[in-house]
Amino acid sequence: MSPADSFKLALALIFALVSCSTGTHEIVLASTTSTEDSGLFEALLPAFRRAHPDYRVRVIAVGSGEALRLAERGDADVVLAHSPRAEEKFMAAGHGESQRPVMFNDFVIVGPEADGAAISGLRDAASALARIASSSARFVSRGDDSGTHAKEREFWATAGVEPEGSWYVETGQGIGAVLMMASEKQAYTLTDRGTYLSLRDQLLLTVLMEGDPALRNQYSVIVVRAASNLDGARAFARWITAPAAQKLIGEFGLERFGRQLFAPNAGRR
Amino acid sequence: MDVLLEGLREALGLLLSGDPYVWQIIARSLQVSGGAVILGLLVGIPLGTWLGLARFPGRGLAVALVNTGLALPPVVVGLFVYVLLSRQGPLGGLGWLYTPSAMIAAQFVLAAPYVAAITLAAVGSVPPELRLQARALGASRWQALLLHLREARLSLMAAVAAGFGAVISEVGAVMMVGGNVRGETRVMTTAIMLETRRGRFATAMALGLILLAFAFAANAFITRVQQAQPRRRRPLTS
Amino acid sequence: MENAKQAASGVPLLEGVKLIRSYDGRRVVDVEWIEIRAGEVLALLGPNGAGKSTLVRLLAALEAPDAGRVLYKGRDVAHDDPALRRAAAALLQRPYLWRGTVAQNVEFGLKTRRLPAAKRRARVRAALEAVGVAHLEDAPVDTLSGGEAQRVALARALALEPEILFLDEPTADLDVTVRRRLVADLERIVRHSAPAIVLITHDPGEAFALADRVAVMEEGQIVQTGTPADIFEAPATEFVASFTGAEFMLSGRLENAEEGTVIVRLDSGQTLECAGCGEAGRRVRVAYRPEDVVIALPGSSATSARNRFPATLARLHPQGGLVRLRLESDGLSLEAVITRHALEDLGLVVGTPVVAQIKASALHVFPT
Repeated sequence: MSPADSFKLALALIFALVSCSTGTHEIVLASTTSTEDSGLFEALLPAFRRAHPDYRVRVIAVGSGEALRLAERGDADVVLAHSPRAEEKFMAAGHGESQRPVMFNDFVIVGPEADGAAISGLRDAASALARIASSSARFVSRGDDSGTHAKEREFWATAGVEPEGSWYVETGQGIGAVLMMASEKQAYTLTDRGTYLSLRDQLLLTVLMEGDPALRNQYSVIVVRAASNLDGARAFARWITAPAAQKLIGEFGLERFGRQLFAPNAGRR
Repeated sequence: MDVLLEGLREALGLLLSGDPYVWQIIARSLQVSGGAVILGLLVGIPLGTWLGLARFPGRGLAVALVNTGLALPPVVVGLFVYVLLSRQGPLGGLGWLYTPSAMIAAQFVLAAPYVAAITLAAVGSVPPELRLQARALGASRWQALLLHLREARLSLMAAVAAGFGAVISEVGAVMMVGGNVRGETRVMTTAIMLETRRGRFATAMALGLILLAFAFAANAFITRVQQAQPRRRRPLTS
Repeated sequence: MENAKQAASGVPLLEGVKLIRSYDGRRVVDVEWIEIRAGEVLALLGPNGAGKSTLVRLLAALEAPDAGRVLYKGRDVAHDDPALRRAAAALLQRPYLWRGTVAQNVEFGLKTRRLPAAKRRARVRAALEAVGVAHLEDAPVDTLSGGEAQRVALARALALEPEILFLDEPTADLDVTVRRRLVADLERIVRHSAPAIVLITHDPGEAFALADRVAVMEEGQIVQTGTPADIFEAPATEFVASFTGAEFMLSGRLENAEEGTVIVRLDSGQTLECAGCGEAGRRVRVAYRPEDVVIALPGSSATSARNRFPATLARLHPQGGLVRLRLESDGLSLEAVITRHALEDLGLVVGTPVVAQIKASALHVFPT
């Protein structure tokens, strides 16, 4: 065997070793921080594994905006996002093979029990934010182009407020960190209900605004056209929208928090 | 490749045009890490000097602890400082969490062992007879000690550079206790993380270039100091 | 030194009484009594590890003794005593100069004494001139040679105009020629400067050349104190004798001779006359200095030397202008040092029969 052949063999061996962890059987799922922080995947993924023992799912928990950007670059096979406008653009640009609704929950505005800005009892989220902006209270924003951040910006736009100043705390972190910060600073923030409930015990925050139809938070699964594991991506999208997984989603949180965190709505809109 | 070149071009543009977002972050980084290093010097130099010169039982353990401090994982420091400063923590009343003060506190914990460890080594590299000679010329213990530190000053400056280099490029602790709040606790490292995630590579690269420049300057300085160490005369016997 | 002798009449400048110091259970200094008189040059002579440097640290109040007292002008002083610390300056074995220029170094002690800048400059200049390195005033210390550095270190101590100056082996680290010049300069400096000087040295030549008095140390103790002549001519112990150059010991027993004097019967059979060498019956060792052995050719006229041994020249060992000879005389080996000229005049080669002669007064007899 010539030295060049030895070298090639060594390279091949190295790649073989490396691909044990990142081989074709791995599905890269770019998801939102809310699904990770709430613990949903911990409940779902074991079931997926039982159904598809050949596949392993690697979850990259980032904001919806980043999740879609990862997918655009081909760094993710399948996306679970909750940023309808960004998703629309993504699909329109031809990056996605398919987009299917999976579940929804709702956003809530949480804040200190004392509710210094007195938003409790208001009818809609936009006016609640306007009230917060005009009071001396602080508001913690994701500030990271995530689905939650996108939703928040929609409300500011509706309220006609350009959020700026020391009361508006842009943190650039995931929803879990934002909730911890809001609790520490006794500030308001917009959060998905699931994450809030899962962290409620550690937080000095209470739900002050809920029920506005605009607060609905729809999650969709998108199979990425440039996926390196397209079969896996399709399998995952099929599985999570099928009745078995939908049932698991519907039951998630019942035991721990006494209420449903995500309402499955695959096949419906 | 295009992304990289394009990003670099835009990054230089941002820096040269004095982009306020970028420069404000750089200023905050310098304020936080500089403050932490100054506090680190105030604690690390006396501690390192003491450990370097005093002889007492348990000194070996103390030195080992200081050297372990060099390897303190920033996230662990972040965790402890977070718990201390959080509302339910013992120092929650300070209201420091998510402020630059908290970041300085965390980076101080990271910088102080660097300063102490390098001071310890620097002080030990000066022959103890130098202090004795100073005292033999009428200097008080304090004057002799200052002279000893003055002899080690190049190495002590290296301690500053090493401490600064260690904390300015640290991300775990400042992210945890600072929260990466725009305009307040966003520093170069946390901003680079965020901007990369948001796909704003130019901004991230602009900050990355500055960060590299700082790290390079600190290390270049340390290297120069190490090469400039003058030859020492043989230590005294008898 | 005349003024030294006069000053010695009063209270000693510095005294050490029953000083004891141990490191790690080893007694390094155990000195019954030592005094330093105003203006004198006292050499502490002894081999490495005899405790000289430690004794100096105790006397200079730089280190506390485990037991004993240090008295400065008759007053007990504690470790770190400010008055003594201001009055004394010490120059350690190696010139520990700190970074900066020569002037900055020499200025150091003056600064700690809070002397105004103008006075400092004048004293620095004077001190540098005294040791012959005035031209180096602004030189960075790391450009100095070993000899220059030692001179600067000396100037740094002299600038303080101390009452007592401790010099710890000031020439130990230097090349032979540099060293010879520094010793010559030291001699000039110590003769012309006011302070009492305690000179630590392991070199008897240096001690005898520079000191008014010599204290010989062995294993932490002072074994003999006296003028250089006392030490040289009447070493108190074998150690002092051998350390000051009389390294050649002959073993024997004291016997009564006919005239009522005492002689030494060497183990090799020969007898030696000695002056006041002790009681008959004791075993002794006899020391002499090779330079005190006189060589004559057989049959040459008698000399005053009482001890004469016919011998054969066994070995020649040139040492510069001198030649060291090994002589064999019926089982007795003797060493002698003569000049090269003498060697030529006598026409000595290996195997030449000679007569070796030693004056009785040149023998030092020690009981064993």
